[in-house]
Amino acid sequence: MNSYMVLIQIADATVRVSVPLLLAALAGLYSERSGIFDIGLEGKMLAGAFAAGAAAYVSGSAWVGLGVAIIVSIAMSLVHGVASISYRGNQIVSGVAINFIASGSTVILGQAWFQQGGRTPSVSGAARFGDIALPGANAIRPIPIVGPIYSNVISGHSIIVYFAFLMVPFTWWVLFRTRFGLRLRAVGENPAAVDTAGISVAWLRYRAVICTGILTGVAGAYLSIAQQASFVKDMSAGRGFIALAALIFAKWKPVPVMLACLLFGFLDAISIRYQGIALPGIGKLPAQLMQALPYVLTCVLLAGFIGKAIPPRAGGVPYVKER
Amino acid sequence: MAEAAIELIGINKSFGAVRANRDIHLTVEKGTIHGIVGENGAGKSTLMSILYGFYQADSGEIRVNGKPTRIDTPNDAIAAGIGMVHQHFMLVHNFTVLENVILGVEGEALLRASIAKARSELQRLEREYGLTVDPDAIIETLPVGLQQRVEILKALYRGAETLILDEPTGVLTPAEADHLFRILRQLKEQGKTVVLITHKLREIMAVTDNVSVMRQGTMVDTRKTAETTVGELAELMVGRRVLLRVDKGEARPGDFKLVVEGLTVKDTRGVTMVNDVSFGVRAGEIVGIAGVAGNGQSELIEAIAGIRHAVSGRVLLDGKPIEVTGNADPGELREHGLAHVPEDRHHVGLVLAFEENENSILGYHDEAQYLKGAFLDIPAIRRDAAEKIEKYDIRPADCRLKTANFSGGNQQKIVLAREMEQDPGVLIVGQPTRGVDVGAIEFIHKRLIDMRDRGKAVLLVSVELDEIRSLSDRILVMFDGRIVGERGPDATEGELGLLMAGVESKEAAE
Repeated sequence: MNSYMVLIQIADATVRVSVPLLLAALAGLYSERSGIFDIGLEGKMLAGAFAAGAAAYVSGSAWVGLGVAIIVSIAMSLVHGVASISYRGNQIVSGVAINFIASGSTVILGQAWFQQGGRTPSVSGAARFGDIALPGANAIRPIPIVGPIYSNVISGHSIIVYFAFLMVPFTWWVLFRTRFGLRLRAVGENPAAVDTAGISVAWLRYRAVICTGILTGVAGAYLSIAQQASFVKDMSAGRGFIALAALIFAKWKPVPVMLACLLFGFLDAISIRYQGIALPGIGKLPAQLMQALPYVLTCVLLAGFIGKAIPPRAGGVPYVKER
Repeated sequence: MAEAAIELIGINKSFGAVRANRDIHLTVEKGTIHGIVGENGAGKSTLMSILYGFYQADSGEIRVNGKPTRIDTPNDAIAAGIGMVHQHFMLVHNFTVLENVILGVEGEALLRASIAKARSELQRLEREYGLTVDPDAIIETLPVGLQQRVEILKALYRGAETLILDEPTGVLTPAEADHLFRILRQLKEQGKTVVLITHKLREIMAVTDNVSVMRQGTMVDTRKTAETTVGELAELMVGRRVLLRVDKGEARPGDFKLVVEGLTVKDTRGVTMVNDVSFGVRAGEIVGIAGVAGNGQSELIEAIAGIRHAVSGRVLLDGKPIEVTGNADPGELREHGLAHVPEDRHHVGLVLAFEENENSILGYHDEAQYLKGAFLDIPAIRRDAAEKIEKYDIRPADCRLKTANFSGGNQQKIVLAREMEQDPGVLIVGQPTRGVDVGAIEFIHKRLIDMRDRGKAVLLVSVELDEIRSLSDRILVMFDGRIVGERGPDATEGELGLLMAGVESKEAAE
């Protein structure tokens, strides 16, 4: 296989593995821009994946699976919301709790309902989001250079992939061109200013965490009924945390978030492709080393290359009216 | 009597056991500037927060233009034509002026139209009131005076007929304050009503038509400004006669105790905050550093006190150089007789969750008198704390009470007692009376003069120009990290104000 096609395959894989990161990072963006830190992205994504796998299998419809995933994920983000907005609890603790609840309850419910060791049964056909061939994909394929890019990298993904990338400009537009976005950014920086302007801080933040719930739900559904064909125990595998890293790396801005997620996805794609590769003079690299690479690079990037990431000023601080 | 814009009738408000407002009656006449004075904790801010819908009164009635009005939220207040300029600005620091102005009154869901509308409306307000500000500037790049102007614009944009200003001049230079007063007079001429909350009596005399005095949650009296005096108002505020001028004798300066040579300090972003500063403080004198907040005074005293690293320069204590660039050690400095009352008592000076007696020895806790072997000598510490409480009249007189439960003025006294009672040779004091009541200010000033008269060197940093002028034997003015001038205690406020604003010569002014 020529090296150009290898590149195309890596690019294709990069897009596929970036999508759950991108959805989760955008989800975190809504919440954190409103001043609610959310390390429970992982848990919500996992719960969404389980809900999608289970509902799609039972109903036979991927769309039902997606809807149930979103509902379950919103419900969990509301738990985080009640704890951190209404009861002014510690947002980190609440997020950690959500991760544990999701990790434990998905396996228990999976075993109780399907008796497959915590997995959900495999789905196929209409119960899964299949790949979509964009118009003209086959016709353009033979054209050198451009053809493979269009037909392999851009075309041939599930609808959730396109949704995820469309969410990037949409999120930018919401954030910087709408009233909701203006207030969302304001409440994350100075909730007192929002309060004195006569806007409810709590309601605004609740809406933000609902947005988060929707997107983590979609991310979860992508894992279990688009990328894979069933829910597997702990299948989110730390993507929620990588997404959080990407969010910080991108300084809470939509387009840089996408670029950061593509970078992390690229590292992931490389590590999958080159597992067990032999390097001249060193010999065969252990597969674990390649698997660890994305995480090692995450640490390096976050420690060294990020510059000063200034989080939303009111992030993590419950809003209390001052005397 | 003219028509009333605002009437408050029998307002009561309690926070737990604290009665912040008791049966308050207040009438603000339309088209006047009405001052409300009182010590900290007298209930001024609470009263205005009730009027603005931030809190709800336990009982009482609010009338706007003679009509009884329910104000439960800031929205109700805005609808009733009441706008507020808060002491701590309610601005989003990384938004533009326009974005801040429209926040909450955007109109439709998309921003484009509302931004265009706000832009033309701001131009109109600019013409009408002389409130000039670049609508596209980011808030954090604006000087505080302009940020305050944005707050006023916000209120006017929302159609405010009555404007409440809470301690508006605390962060302003004298020139900026004068400009603000001109704006307020202009607002009055256009028929707006202004309520000015302050504890600075001089401002009340300068700009208001009527003045109401509050004390301990009650409304003591309302006077016509023209028919009262500063002394009378001070007496009403405190409930007893207050010495407004500090009584002090001639300074008898001795040798240099503290010498600073070419000190340069950068902040965490690498911005130079103190730029090649040199000066000295002699035994038996108070040297005051005047300046608008943020011109390097804070960084200067922090570097001398060893809690911030300098980039270059030397500091000599009793002729011996102390470490300021590398591993400065505040504990060692204390042993050498340099005490520091930090500007920010909450974050640097005290651990609010500790008991009073623990705070009263913090930093000196490894001295023999507080130790019994390896352990703290708790009874000795409490005895010591009780003595300080008595000597400095700290209230309540309970050394077992959590420090957070003391008022600001008493917390300040705890810090002062701790540092002064160690009898240091050099005392560095930052904002000694910030957030402190008139009565306690008098006490703190006397103590500082007393230190001076006992031959100590005192370095004083304050944003209160009156305080600098009344206490200092020499005044240094800092602007943009440099010392731009030295004046005697008889320097006029105008002269210092120009220096503080970075204007070197009188010709260049205005």
